[in-house]
Amino acid sequence: MLLLILKRIGLGLITLFIVSLITFVGVEVLPGDACTTYLEREAYGAALDACIKRLGLDVPAYERYLDWASNVMRGDFGYSLSGEMPINEVLGPRVKNSLVLASVSILIGIPLAIVLGIITALWRDKLPDIMISTITIFSMTIPEFISATLLILIVAIWLGWLPGIVIIPSDATFYELLSNIILPVVAISMIMTAHMARMVRSSVIQVMASDYVQMAILKGVPYWKMVFRHVLPNALLPAINVVALTIAWLLGGVVVTEVVFNYPGLGRLVIESISNRDLPVVQALAIILASIYVGINLIADLMTLMLNPRLKSLQIRK
Amino acid sequence: MQSNLVTEDKQKNKLEKSFEILKTMASKPSGLIGLTIVLFHVVLALISPYIAPYDYKAISPNTMLLAPSAEHWFGTDSLGRDVFTRTILGGRTALTVTFFGSLIALLWGGLLGIFCGLVGGKIDDVVMRVVDAFLSIPWILAMLLIVSLLGTSTEVLIPALGFFYGKGIVRVARAATHDVIAKDFIVSARARGHSNMSIIWNEIIPNVRDAILVEGAMRWSWMLLGFSSLSFLGFGVSPPTPDWGLMISNARGLMSFAYWSVIAPIVGLSSLIIGINLTADAFAKALGIDRSTKAPV
Repeated sequence: MLLLILKRIGLGLITLFIVSLITFVGVEVLPGDACTTYLEREAYGAALDACIKRLGLDVPAYERYLDWASNVMRGDFGYSLSGEMPINEVLGPRVKNSLVLASVSILIGIPLAIVLGIITALWRDKLPDIMISTITIFSMTIPEFISATLLILIVAIWLGWLPGIVIIPSDATFYELLSNIILPVVAISMIMTAHMARMVRSSVIQVMASDYVQMAILKGVPYWKMVFRHVLPNALLPAINVVALTIAWLLGGVVVTEVVFNYPGLGRLVIESISNRDLPVVQALAIILASIYVGINLIADLMTLMLNPRLKSLQIRK
Repeated sequence: MQSNLVTEDKQKNKLEKSFEILKTMASKPSGLIGLTIVLFHVVLALISPYIAPYDYKAISPNTMLLAPSAEHWFGTDSLGRDVFTRTILGGRTALTVTFFGSLIALLWGGLLGIFCGLVGGKIDDVVMRVVDAFLSIPWILAMLLIVSLLGTSTEVLIPALGFFYGKGIVRVARAATHDVIAKDFIVSARARGHSNMSIIWNEIIPNVRDAILVEGAMRWSWMLLGFSSLSFLGFGVSPPTPDWGLMISNARGLMSFAYWSVIAPIVGLSSLIIGINLTADAFAKALGIDRSTKAPV
């Protein structure tokens, strides 16, 4: 068991190592280095020399990679060209803002998805299922920027209930954030809920068709007791992994949503740093976002292992 | 003569089989709706240059932000361009780029996946680790980086999208190959002394084709989503090319009083994505493949 956990963590670290290589080599191979890209037409003379010195571009690539990697492991991401300050200072408030947005969305999204998934599965092909499933298909296929724009148009402009655009500085306090994030949270959790509800639905349907559930029904176990004791634990377990993958996939959508609502999180930083051609920040963001992805998947793997008695005994026998 | 007959028969069978699949897809309302929408958009993309009532890039200060009327069915945008014209033209670039992008993704993802599944061992391990690593970079970051360094021409976008969306197909193709490879007919083909190439071509590809095609159809809709998100963020096609993502992003600032110029492209893009999704779902069901428990990676 412990060995297995260590192996999973090791695989995650290898993945992150490859990601760091890919981003580093990618920036290295694509035309232009960080300084000429950032300075564009002013890339000559003293400014270029200063920038090269600042980023240490005058040493060979592999040395720079080793330097950069060891600094990242110590939590130092380097220097932001456009912000003219260490990347860590740029990142700090952004990470906090995105974390608030993401955790509120997840806290609302997951329970809602489970409830909707169960309802649609138990009333399969009946009116509640058809209605909810149609809505989920719509909200999971429509691009984030469209649902976000429609939300602003309907809720903020036509009904005038909420501010359409978040106008807070990136170092806003927690309470300032909360009153501003209702619409972004709705936009993100809508898509997330739709994806997860669909998975819960098909998982519950699969379990409902299994032999042991048929057995329970024949034995005369009351319907709701059967649902809660026999179906749900078996149906929700395999959903954990898929939910994790979905959350990780939605990182891309969060970027777009943050831009639409002008929300000062990591996502908007992605766009800002790429528009400013600030490659050191882009590299840092790639590693951070990839770590989040790997981390979420790792947690899901471990949770499945812990919660599933069958997998546990399987590993011990091995 | 005999052999001619056989091939003819085979071809007829193939046609009949595709027709059967289409019929099964259209037999359910969701599949029929999906197919109709996709067909509508493809036809519209083909004929729109000939039926567009105005020039899509004609700017005029006299016709700025007009509400929908008999002359301008969907109104005009902030530069006085006809929204109806731009909306019916708006799907052309997106459809072309994502269609060829999906083809590229299918080709390299499918072949690499089959190869990995077949060879196994160290090569397989290394390739799958790299694919995992690519999967864990958010698509938006990678695409933005490529586009901002290499430019936003379609010659860059098609291979970039094709490459980036192919990595998930590698996994599917590899898993499908793993399922097939242990079957008796592969073992007997090996025993007959067939080469690896012949086994891939004659035994494996016909058996994993369905799974890969379904995955490719799904990826087509995700690629469309990715492509239009790029346009929306200003990293996709460049103005004045009519494109839905770009139109939405331009009209967004003025939507409090000119909502028509944002609604039209929204309806266009949403309907196409929903149509492709419904079609892909129906396609998967017609081929008997269940993808409902899969995560969108």
